[in-house]
Amino acid sequence: MNVAFSATGSDLNSDLDQRFGRAGQFILVDTETNAATILENTQNMNAAQGAGIQAAQNVINAGADAVVTGNCGPKAFQVLQAAGVKIYHTQEHETVAEALKALLSDTLQVADSANVEAHWS
Amino acid sequence: MSETQKLETQISDMRREKNARPFTLAIASGKGGTGKTTLATALAEAAGMGVTLRDCDVEEPNAHLFVQPHWSRHTEQNRPVPRIDAQRCSACGKCAELCQFNAIAVAGGRAMVFAELCHSCQGCRRICPEGAISDENMPMGSLDCGMQLKDPAAPINFISGKLAIGQVMAPPLIRAVKNVGAAEPLNILDCPPGTSCPMITAVRGSDFVILVTEPTPFGLNDLELAVETVRQLGLPFGVIINRADSGDSRVHDYCRTRGINIALEIPWKRSIAEAYSRGDSLCEKGAPAKPALPQLSATWPTTVSVPTAMLMPPICT
Repeated sequence: MNVAFSATGSDLNSDLDQRFGRAGQFILVDTETNAATILENTQNMNAAQGAGIQAAQNVINAGADAVVTGNCGPKAFQVLQAAGVKIYHTQEHETVAEALKALLSDTLQVADSANVEAHWS
Repeated sequence: MSETQKLETQISDMRREKNARPFTLAIASGKGGTGKTTLATALAEAAGMGVTLRDCDVEEPNAHLFVQPHWSRHTEQNRPVPRIDAQRCSACGKCAELCQFNAIAVAGGRAMVFAELCHSCQGCRRICPEGAISDENMPMGSLDCGMQLKDPAAPINFISGKLAIGQVMAPPLIRAVKNVGAAEPLNILDCPPGTSCPMITAVRGSDFVILVTEPTPFGLNDLELAVETVRQLGLPFGVIINRADSGDSRVHDYCRTRGINIALEIPWKRSIAEAYSRGDSLCEKGAPAKPALPQLSATWPTTVSVPTAMLMPPICT
């Protein structure tokens, strides 16, 4: 399974970024091979609007099956859900490594809705 | 033919061309609350000729409070947003890739539209290789047209746009405000504040821009942004300082060092504020700023390049 973690830095000890659309970057982890790759998100950090939608599009295009992030708004949620990507929200795990550990031990719940409001309208 | 003669011929050709179509004067600013509407309505009243005043500040139109027109027409306005034909869509993603506003995403084998983010550029419709995208009308607001007949010899056509509650996309409605109605010799645009899409949409294509500012740090900061913006757009412009004797001298210094002429200074007077609070224009009989307005035409030629100065309609005479 390919999992995209929103991250403030580029290694597993970085904090899990609480923002999805405007996350610093995404760390894509293949849970079978343990391979990790960085997915840049600079463009969306500076986007005037629709950062969540575009970030969702990018992680889908990168082949993610799941997203682990702090908060995810309704538009990004809708796009991820349409592509069958599972969404996990967590505010309890500080670093990407801790969140990964929680995911692998099945203690994270799949979200069935967005957990924050839209920014735009 | 000498160089001078050539120039004269060129200028008279331009005058003929300009006289044949309306001259558009945009009243803009960086900072809000500097006096755009005050000036725009005063200029419309002072024009004494065929004039159309267009309130392009569709997010918070207020020129009608001062113009008090007899309304004649109200029309609801729509803007085009993409509608995807799911049967034809191959989920190629070209539309989502093109959209600079992230209004389309392609996920799970279908294109999803977020209409409220769409800027109605219609690029997606043009690029779609399957012809799967058509226009859907989305209500965006309304246009009101009317006329002020305070001076029957110089009626003011008035047009005002109002964005519907919940709508955030001002540019398509601003374009409608600019394009509706009969062409009078002089068009005055009361533009939205700021230097983002709404302001740019409003000033684009005008013949001259007046930037209204105030002598405060905020006024200066936003004036600098507005000057950069109109220069980028290649529009000739002049500056008017409102509440001129308040604040400090930094706006004056900035204009002097950048070679920007100050076309008019409106004094900071309680009597002007009182007139404003009554909804009176600066041109109202007995209004204190009236003597200041003719200065605008007197100083005009020094504020603009020669051809534009010569092409200016005889406002404020």
